[in-house]
Formats: sequence, structure tokens, C-alpha cells
Amino acid sequence: MAQTVLVGVDHGDASTRAVEFATDRAQRNGWEILLVHVINWSPYSMNTPSENEERHRQRQREIDHAMEHVIAPMRAIVEHGGVPVRTEVRHGKPSDTLIDLAEDNDVVHIIVGRLGDSGLREAIFGSVASRLVQHANVPVTVVP
Amino acid sequence: MEQSMRHRQAPPAGSAKVRLAVIGAVILGFFVALFVGAPKPITWPNPTPQFEADASAFDRVSGWITSLVFYGPNAGGEVDIRLIVLWLVTAAIFFTIWLGFLNVRGFKHAIDLVRGKYSDPDDAGEVSHFQALATAVSGTVGLGNIAGVAIAISIGGPGATFWMIVAGLLGMSLKAAECMLGVKYRQEHADGTVSGGPMYYLRDGLRDLGRPGLGKVLAVIFAICMIGGAVGGGNMFQSNQATAQIVSQVGGEDGFLGNNPWVIGLFFAVAVGAVIIGGIKSIAKVTEKVVPFMAVLYLTAALIVLLVNFSDIPAAFGAIIDGAFTGEGATGGIIGALIVGFQRAAFSNEAGLGSASVAHSAVRTKEPATEGFVALLEPFIDTVVICTMTALTIIITQAYLNPDAAELGGVALTSSAFETVLPWFPAVLAIAVVLFAFSTMLSWSYYGMKATGYLFGDNVLAENVFKGIFLFFTLLGSIASLGSVINFSDSMIFLMSLPNVIGLYLLANVIRGEFTHYQDRLKSGEIKEFAHRH
Repeated sequence: MAQTVLVGVDHGDASTRAVEFATDRAQRNGWEILLVHVINWSPYSMNTPSENEERHRQRQREIDHAMEHVIAPMRAIVEHGGVPVRTEVRHGKPSDTLIDLAEDNDVVHIIVGRLGDSGLREAIFGSVASRLVQHANVPVTVVP
Repeated sequence: MEQSMRHRQAPPAGSAKVRLAVIGAVILGFFVALFVGAPKPITWPNPTPQFEADASAFDRVSGWITSLVFYGPNAGGEVDIRLIVLWLVTAAIFFTIWLGFLNVRGFKHAIDLVRGKYSDPDDAGEVSHFQALATAVSGTVGLGNIAGVAIAISIGGPGATFWMIVAGLLGMSLKAAECMLGVKYRQEHADGTVSGGPMYYLRDGLRDLGRPGLGKVLAVIFAICMIGGAVGGGNMFQSNQATAQIVSQVGGEDGFLGNNPWVIGLFFAVAVGAVIIGGIKSIAKVTEKVVPFMAVLYLTAALIVLLVNFSDIPAAFGAIIDGAFTGEGATGGIIGALIVGFQRAAFSNEAGLGSASVAHSAVRTKEPATEGFVALLEPFIDTVVICTMTALTIIITQAYLNPDAAELGGVALTSSAFETVLPWFPAVLAIAVVLFAFSTMLSWSYYGMKATGYLFGDNVLAENVFKGIFLFFTLLGSIASLGSVINFSDSMIFLMSLPNVIGLYLLANVIRGEFTHYQDRLKSGEIKEFAHRH
């Protein structure tokens, strides 16, 4: 069975480069690619009652939007390279969610673009990439 | 799935008698405790309100309703035994016993649920237990926790704190019962939105028990009262108190705002309108983020005051225990302390009113009982933690001994307590009060809208009319001294507990069945924690 690599993507050129890099290596190594986009979400955020009421519908909209605008273009790149691909959109803390999905899917390698978070968040908490490097149980490649 | 579960527990023969006996014993015991321990003779007032010759029709109607809802014998001085408080406390005691002290047994499980230990990772992005709880708490925490407690201590003495905590602990099971039902009988619409609350469990729960007519009537009465409560206590009263705070901090009674309080009311109306009509979510979002911050700031400040007066803490606890059992320092003695404490808890944590059930029912769960467990934390946070911190601060700084307490008003009294240690605190407290008031208005506008939606079948015109009326009353609330209107709106809030608690008693078997069934499966390992790796 083909080994799976996980590629974490969001909007932006760094993700495109990561997907191109992953597709290239997948062709050579016979990997399968799991494309994942994580929508930043915390179960501990504060909401208004009407936000809660609409949350189920809103969540589905967010997933559909990400599928269409984030995943679809990346998927096209992988498919163009003739590599088998699966996709997933999840809500959660990006680094933790990527690591969980890597474990659940017996992923052998995680590949991400270097830019993820931006500005203040990154200065305080470190980027998704650096947290992956620190906490993942499989090798992580960060594509500049 | 839930449909089939509803009929799972056929009420065993004789259980109704047991239930009646328990309720009877509780009520009887309560009255015996009240009257045997009464140090002063209790006089029953003339329930007929007295009106001036030129009182308006509204004043008369409002006066009648108020005197009926808040009817009760006088226990001496300013302390009246409100029957409505007795009604709520009785229900709280009943459900505490009926659910086998769920408030104690279920506490740890409630914390585990809020921490997400039982949340399916596939439900990430849905409304979590924490979010449902936080939303409900931010609708409950407000002026009652700050101003109400100060007044309560000044009337009921330090001992009132003890009874307030007792009532807060008792309210936990009652809250659990109504919030579980809110989830169990909620409506999940085709578009993915959810509606829940007492309207639905009264209508559908009682229909399932074979009393569809009664269910519909109670549901309609409840919805009407919730609209009244939303417009009044959840809106006008909040606007009124927030305005008073702003005026006291900016220019005073004689300043520009003091002379033109409607400016502040207009500001509130525009801000609330921007959220509920304009759909400008950012205002609501900012409020929801700032309110918990203010709550933490408030608690921290209270802790600082307590730490600075560290050596007086044992004496303060002594005063609380003494006051609770001897009535020392309380108007009306031990009864005064008890009544005032119970009343403050009931008014503050809203257990039995059914309002929180609306907020809790949006949670993502397949198990209604889980939200019941989570909801029992609400009176704990509101009353046992926040109200108690206010009370301790007021007792330890002896602010309650101020002879002008009644004239000063609650917020000023609490302010003066904090001021002894943190001179800059009154300004922060004023901001906190304004924000709490604003977030309470937003929550109640939602409750009122759900009630309108229930009565008029989600008719958009009806909801818009409600929004308009709501904003008009926000403005009206800022113009001072609306005694009769405010009494009227308070009455409406507490009237919610009549249909709601009647429904809870009738659904008592369903409530216990649901919790028992859930706990059995928890024990047997059928319901498991999810492995969370972070």
C-alpha cells in the first residue's frame, strides 16, 4: 500500500509551493497525498446566543468555502501531477489538528509551507510550522 | 432517536404519590422552619395596592400584577417573604432531592464535559459545552451580582451570604433539569438552526404525557412572560442602571448627561439596534470578549481586597455563620437573613425561570443530559462564586454598615467597598456595570425574539416589531424613575417561573429518567471519554 504524506495548506503562495514540492516527491516515492486545511477554531471562544443558534449552518458554510477556495486549487496541482489525493477540512487549532490527523491516517511525513500565521499571533505563539516541528511524531518538512 | 427515548420511562404506579409527598414535605418543612424560628410576629399585609387618585391605568395594572407576583407576608422591617421566592426555592429543593443531589454527584462530570473530554472530535467547529455555558452565564451575570448583593447584605446582614450560597447550591439541580429539557425537546430546523427552551418542552413534553392542551397554554403563557421580562428586566432595567452609572461617573446629576439621560439611552438603543437589526456582529463579538475579561478583573479585584484584609477573613466568616443562625445584624433576624439570602440567589442565578434553557439548547450533543450537567455549573459560578465574592468584599470592608446604604444604592455600596483598597476601582466598576448591562440586553433581546418567534411562527414582521419595541424600551429605561414599569417588568421575569416550574414538576419523571439512563450508560462504559491528545 502506498505511504501517505500529509500536506497542510491554507491561502497563499507558501502553501502552493509546499503542494508542488510534495507532488514532486510523491511522484518519485510513490506516495499518496492527504491535503488538509484547518479552520482556526477554539471550543473555548465566546459567542452570542444567535451565533450559537446558527453555528451548525455556519460551520458547514466555512467547510464548503474552504473546500472550494483553498483545497480545490491545491487538489488540481496534485491531480495534475498524477498523484492520488484525499482531502480534509477540519476545525481546530491548526498544529494540533494536523498532528492528530497525521496519527489517525498513519502518515509518514508532514509537509507545510513556512508562512501560516501572521504578525502578532506568530510573534507570541510561534508559527504553525515551528509548533509542528516541535511536536509531530513524524518528520516535518517546511517549504520556504 | 430522541422520539423513541421519550417514552422509555413509563411512570411507575405510585411515583406520583411519592413525588407529591416529597413536594408536600419540602413545602411544609420550609414553612415550619420559617415560622417556628421567627423571632418576631409575622404580619400579613393587605394585598390590595394603594393608588393615588391620579394614578394612570398602567400604574394600576402594573401595581396589581406586581403586588400579586411579589405578594408575601412581612417578616419585619424591609423584609417581605415573597411567595415567588418560596416557589423557586421549593422547586430547587425538590429537584435537588428528586435527582439525588445531582449538584454534588454531577459536579466533576460537568467539569469534564466543559473541558471537552466527552466531545467527539468530529464535532469540532460546532457549539461546544463551554460555549453554551459561557453564553448562558453572560446573560445571567450582571447587576444582580454586584448591586443586588450589596443591598442584600445591607438588609440581611452578613448571615444572608450563607443562605444565598445554600440557595445557589440548591438552584444547580433545578437549572440542570430545565436545561436538559431544553436540549431534549429543541427544534432542529431544516436550515441547520436550532430553537429551544421552555416553550418547546412545555408544549411537546406535556403533549407526550397526554396533556397537549395544558402544554400549549403553559408554553404561550411562558412565551408572553419572557417577552415582558426581556423588554423590562432584561432591557429597560439594565439600561436604567447603566445610565445611572455613567451619570455618576461623568458629571453627576447636574452635568449634561445627568440632565439629559436620554442621550445615553439613545446610545444604547443605537448600539443594541446595530446588533439586532443591523446585524453588526462585531459589536456583539467585542462585548462577548470583553465581558469575561471584566468578570475576571472583578473577581481579581475582590481577591485583592480580601488579601489586603487577610487578617479579618476569619472574623468575616464568623459574622456570616453567626448571622445565618442567630440573625445578628439582619433586619428581621434569622428569617430576614434567610429570606434576603434566598431571594438574592433566586433573582441572580435565574434557576427556575427557564431563560437559560433557551441559551443552552444550541449546544452540539446527542445527549440532552450532558447539557444538564453543564448547566448546573451556572448557579455555581453566578451565585456561589461571584455573588459570594461581592458579599465577602462588602462584609470584610464593613461597607454594609453604612447607614445610608439604602439611599446609596447597590453599585455605589459595592464601589465604596472596593474603594477602600483600590481607589481607582469605581471607574472600572462603572465600565464593568455598563458592559454587563449591555451583554444582558443582547442576551434578553435574543430570548425575547425566540419567544416572539414561537408565538408568531417565526414571522419576520412580528420579530421586527419586537425589535422595535425592545429598542424603544432601551431608550425609555434611561429616563429615570420608572418605578411602576420596572416593577412590572420584574414581575414578568418571575412570572416565567410559574408555567416553567409547573411544567418541570409534571415532567419530573422524564427528567429523572433521562439523567438516570445517561448515568447508567456512563457507568457501564457505553458512553466513553474521547482520547484527547493535547
